[in-house]
Amino acid sequence: MARPTGAALRCLAGSAAVAILAASISGCGGASSSRITLILYNGQHPQTTNSLVTAFEKKSGIQVVVRSNDEDVLADQIVEEGNAAPADLIYTENSPALEYLQRKNLLARVPRSTLTLVPAKYSSPSADWVGVSARVSVLVYNTRLLRANQLPTSVLSLAAPRWRGLLAIAPSETDFQPIVTSIARTYGRAAAVRWLQGVKANAEQHIYPDDETITARVNSGQAAIGIINHYYWYRLRAEIGAGQMHSALAYFAPRDAGYVLEVSGAAVLRSSHHQAAADRFLAFLVSRQGQELLAHSDSFEYPLGSGVVTSRALRPFTSLRPARLSIADLGDGAEAVALIQQAQLL
Amino acid sequence: MATLASDLSPVVAVRARRRTPRALLVVSCLVALLLLLPLAFLLLEARQVGWSQLSSLLFRQLTMTLLGNLVQLAVVVTALAATIGTGAAWCVERTDLPFRRTLAMLLVLPLAIPDFVVAFGWVSVLPAVSGYGGAVLVMTSGLYPLVYLPVSASLRGADPSQEETARTLGLGPWQAFWRVTLRQVRPTILAGCLLVSLALLAEYGAFEILGYQTFTTEIFTEFQVGFNTPAACALSLVVVLIGLLILAGEGSLRDRGRVARAAHNSRRSISRRRLGRWRWPAVGAIGGVIASALGMPLGVIAYWLVRGGSSTLPQSATVASAVAHTVLYGAAAAAIATVLAVPVALLAARSSLPGVRLLERSTYVVQGLPGLVIALALVFFALHYLPGVYQTSGLLIGAYSILFFPLAYVAVRASALQAPLALEEVARSLGNRPLMVRWRVTLPLIAPGLAAAFCLVFLSAVTELTATLILVPTGVQTLATQFWAFTGNVSYGAAAPYAAAMVAISVLPGILLGRWFDRRPTGTGEHS
Repeated sequence: MARPTGAALRCLAGSAAVAILAASISGCGGASSSRITLILYNGQHPQTTNSLVTAFEKKSGIQVVVRSNDEDVLADQIVEEGNAAPADLIYTENSPALEYLQRKNLLARVPRSTLTLVPAKYSSPSADWVGVSARVSVLVYNTRLLRANQLPTSVLSLAAPRWRGLLAIAPSETDFQPIVTSIARTYGRAAAVRWLQGVKANAEQHIYPDDETITARVNSGQAAIGIINHYYWYRLRAEIGAGQMHSALAYFAPRDAGYVLEVSGAAVLRSSHHQAAADRFLAFLVSRQGQELLAHSDSFEYPLGSGVVTSRALRPFTSLRPARLSIADLGDGAEAVALIQQAQLL
Repeated sequence: MATLASDLSPVVAVRARRRTPRALLVVSCLVALLLLLPLAFLLLEARQVGWSQLSSLLFRQLTMTLLGNLVQLAVVVTALAATIGTGAAWCVERTDLPFRRTLAMLLVLPLAIPDFVVAFGWVSVLPAVSGYGGAVLVMTSGLYPLVYLPVSASLRGADPSQEETARTLGLGPWQAFWRVTLRQVRPTILAGCLLVSLALLAEYGAFEILGYQTFTTEIFTEFQVGFNTPAACALSLVVVLIGLLILAGEGSLRDRGRVARAAHNSRRSISRRRLGRWRWPAVGAIGGVIASALGMPLGVIAYWLVRGGSSTLPQSATVASAVAHTVLYGAAAAAIATVLAVPVALLAARSSLPGVRLLERSTYVVQGLPGLVIALALVFFALHYLPGVYQTSGLLIGAYSILFFPLAYVAVRASALQAPLALEEVARSLGNRPLMVRWRVTLPLIAPGLAAAFCLVFLSAVTELTATLILVPTGVQTLATQFWAFTGNVSYGAAAPYAAAMVAISVLPGILLGRWFDRRPTGTGEHS
């Protein structure tokens, strides 16, 4: 046994010390000075959130700690946490996560002065969260594999056998649910399930976890066409450079069920102990300064508040012709999830 | 997993039948209870959901699809890993393969590269590597060392005289290999296959990157979408069942394959088989495996590092801060899991009580649980009973300790079984108190096992993803989560430094571990 047992034991003892250290660090992590620290559960893209948080911190002197994850995970986490929720704020990519929390009565009322900065149709019908930015669902297609005149103008056509093996979808992505909801509202639940089954068969080889992957795979030619929110394409272009883009966006026909405007919003949690500070953050998001940041950022979304328009070369917000679907119509997404499950896509 | 330990030590001193130390029994029961917490959570959730909803979640087409995906992958990858692992081990240990030493070292190193980094390596350069084919390629590359390591150790320890006797009795070289050598190492191959299939069952990141749908990816999805914990838990129950089936199946196969051999000290040098004109094809084949498992991911990381890449995605944690947190959490969890494993391993090695066997087995249930479920269980129990630890690093470290306990246990148990009881008895007869004996005699005897346990848990913890995503303290990023954020955004250049750091801090424990596996049979020899 002339083995380095002594060394092994020392190593173990050292690690035990590390463990104790770790425990003590975590123990004193919460103790801070009188300065307010807000905890933000962030379901938005960090690209979007980061610059907003930095600017807010600079302006207000209030510190904001960000916990990023999928918006659904965060919403569920808040439900699970109940009154013990450490978060003060939640900022999501889509309205259903906020509507879900609102229906569970977990959100605080948004001050009127904040709500008035954004057109009422983009915020919570019950004034529990405020709309911050928006984007639309579009088609992305590989320009080497398809020509613009071959593209469908209605989302329903994507279920046709013509697209077998060519289509990519991300059924677990939260951005997919509003499209399903829209189809169910327009054509009925049975038609929505038939559509889901059709796109499932067409996308069998290309069922991806998120819109980022759809965009990347269509761009590289693994798949020929996919449904995404417009900004993923612009983000990929910002990421890899215009020279690497072999894809383009195409819009559905005006008012088509696949042409959905999706709203990203934020709310203060009812359980927050820093309501006033948290309200200031909400107000900042939709203020001119906050919206200008969004307008110039790599988020590539459309700002909704304070009359700010995007400075990015996007199709102008006013020229968009999405399906007539209210926030209430989009609901909390439960119906869409049930339909997606029925089609065995979840 | 436990079986691996016993197979690595074919000759184990006869267990003395004597009374079971009560303190050990109590502590071990507490450890087992801790490990069963996640299962308790699953059952609680299931009960709350009710049978009718549970059955509608379980008995549907999707479950069958996932099962089909898992089975077709597990069968092929396990078979390939067994073939590659055994073939490479045999070439390295029993033939005149050129560059044996170098190849032996390189064959072990993929253990230090997380499977999702291997997947990233392929996909970021060749997006066509995806789906089933991609999953077979990536998982075989990542997992064959789990067969290679124990089999090569076992081959070195196996009695070569049997094969030689078979040859003198008229068997051809290949017949002798099939009928004698392979049979000698069969239990070890099976143990390796068990590790491979359990790893496949638990893998998440690689499948997500490759776009291959299995239970783990779907459980994560169900949890993410539709605020659906019941569906995630229902699918997890299936995974637990499959894990138990694999364990049971391996157990029954193993019991049929006992191997007799001469005493350890009769070990002697082996005459290496001449490969002749197969020399270079063999080097080529092994080189190909190394290129796919090691060269490809390392090459791609280097490529992205050199090419660099600014990302629009902000870096939430610098590499240094991510390294610090990752190492801290990994080391703490490794220490705790190792310490928890000691009483159970000593109990299992020293006691012949029938209940002890059950207690020991119950700790393996964790192995079949996805990291996500363990995280959810800890969130549940923390929120209900210990709100103070919620979202602290303590809870994350606790999750790692539970998640990787079986790994620590395998290593500690192997050492505990080999520690000669006689030494403890001598110490006792010299008037030492029991606790003193444990500290001064037992502990040094099992120290190599403790070090190996530490390395195994550390290696796994620094690359853990799913539980970390849920439990990591707000504002903190580990290497795995920051890497994941960047790859999710297709920012491969920005992700590369985190992958490189993960590999870098895994290399040392990986090498230590390889050496531990390496010297095991010799170790037994020294004791006898």
